[in-house]
Amino acid sequence: MRGSSRSGLAVKPWRAGPPVGPRSSIGYSACQSEGAGPRAGGRRKREMRRGNMEEPAGERANLAGVRHIVLVLSGKGGVGKSTLSTELALALRSAGKRVGILDVDLCGPSIPRMLRVQDSAVHQCDSGWVPVFLGQDKAIALMSIGFLLERPDDAVVWRGPKKNALIKQFVTDVAWGDLDFLIVDTPPGTSDEHISTVEALRPHRLLGAVLVTTPQAVSVGDVRRELTFCRKAGLRILGIVENMSGFVCPHCSECTNIFSKGGGEELAKHAGVPFLGCVPLDPQLSQSLEEGKDFIQEFPKSSAFPALTHIAQQILDTSQRSS
Amino acid sequence: AEAAELRARLRAVRHTVLVLSGKGGVGKSTFSALLAHGLAADETKQVALLDIDICGPSIPKMMGLEGEQVSECSNILFYVEENLGVMSVGFLLSSPDDAVIWRGPKKNGLIKQFLRDVDWGEVDYLIVDTPPGTSDEHLSIVQYLSATHIDGAVIVTTPQEVSLQDVRKEINFCRKVKLPIIGVVENMSGFVCPKCKNESQIFPPTTGGAEKMCQNLSVSLLGKVPLDPQIGKSCDRGQSFLAEAPESPATLSYRKIIQKIQEYCEQHHLPEEKIM
Repeated sequence: MRGSSRSGLAVKPWRAGPPVGPRSSIGYSACQSEGAGPRAGGRRKREMRRGNMEEPAGERANLAGVRHIVLVLSGKGGVGKSTLSTELALALRSAGKRVGILDVDLCGPSIPRMLRVQDSAVHQCDSGWVPVFLGQDKAIALMSIGFLLERPDDAVVWRGPKKNALIKQFVTDVAWGDLDFLIVDTPPGTSDEHISTVEALRPHRLLGAVLVTTPQAVSVGDVRRELTFCRKAGLRILGIVENMSGFVCPHCSECTNIFSKGGGEELAKHAGVPFLGCVPLDPQLSQSLEEGKDFIQEFPKSSAFPALTHIAQQILDTSQRSS
Repeated sequence: AEAAELRARLRAVRHTVLVLSGKGGVGKSTFSALLAHGLAADETKQVALLDIDICGPSIPKMMGLEGEQVSECSNILFYVEENLGVMSVGFLLSSPDDAVIWRGPKKNGLIKQFLRDVDWGEVDYLIVDTPPGTSDEHLSIVQYLSATHIDGAVIVTTPQEVSLQDVRKEINFCRKVKLPIIGVVENMSGFVCPKCKNESQIFPPTTGGAEKMCQNLSVSLLGKVPLDPQIGKSCDRGQSFLAEAPESPATLSYRKIIQKIQEYCEQHHLPEEKIM
């Protein structure tokens, strides 16, 4: 293990004070200041100490300014949850909203790279962690474990309890400020991360969940189980998105249903939930995500643009009806 | 004592291959299913496929076993062919809407139960399909299988950096737990339009794809598999894509990769086996 931390990414020394009771037991203790010596064996994350703060007030305060929380879920991996979370945030920003993204995929945090902020650092303030802000207007705020890793290739090999603890901290200890929307990107499945995230968010303004699937039966099969999870957790289902729905060849405009077609729409009908739309496979979208570009600003004529903006509009409409 | 019990149960398993990826949706289950079919094409070989993706068990559907159920006390594999048996949590669920909403410890318990209670019998190849990530299931399977012997891991990725950044973590995980890496498969590697035959990179290898990553990390690239709409269809119908589309470029890639895996396993016998 290298002796020095990621240089130039200062973690400001936390002010002295004993850690608050229960939180200190989840492994967040003395922080590392610049030029600190080798860390204790095995730990890969920067650690932070919270100052004295009344727990209940702290818990509510950081999300008090968030008007709507949207969870992006799927039973299935690789269907485009992070992509949709990112594009939804960019589309909502484009509509003049202040948006936060909370990336609780601890093993595979994709969002920092999709927004080209993977080399950013997380700092502290009196209320907790300051999220990473994008752009001059700072209209998008992002928190991800990706910012806490010493090296980007470090694997986060944690069992459930440790993941749950960090997720709880991400929900309660990030100083989001005033946001119109907080989008929560999740890993695939129905396990620790999902249970913990829903539990931690329950006291706050959860608008509901968007479920992402690809068209084929193998994906839809997993997303059906996610629907069950949502129902058991009492989560409102804002709708289903069918992603990677058809590919139009840029050379000859022939449409090929590489991952089949229609499964997401059928599932929505079968389950009695709204269908938010089909998003086609779009190499320009994939390229944008690779390069951390703003697809919504830069590629309004691309094939995925109408579907993505339509999904964002439906979320906006639902939020206005709920306000 | 527990380790001894597992060792006894898995004593007659000659080769074990884990199919991993840091990233979801890259084709682990698809690959696992086709690897199992490919190996079982040799009727003298006994193949078993274990699906430990507890939240999203895709294998029953892909192997045409959807709707099959097993009671808690059953310990018999479901046989797709005479020499190809399957076990998955999917068989414990009575409805396609049933969700397995378990925290880590309960998932670990089921994995141990699968290994300990299923009557594996004489198996030439045990393929283990895993969920994405580096968490409970992965730690547990490596821990429990350390009682026996794992030949190695096959890591599946797609070409784009968003996948590779997760896969590098998986490679680090393998190194950390001393799991040998047989090699990496780059899936969804290009799409040839059936009409105009032009190739599109739907998942672009902006940072050099799996090839560059393998070079940088000194792991073997087993092969690249292109996108083929027939793959998804075959999986949805529970049929072997290799049998349904034997001439597809994807099939040819799969077969080459499967052969490399077989060669790797045959070359890496345990010393005791060599003596025998």
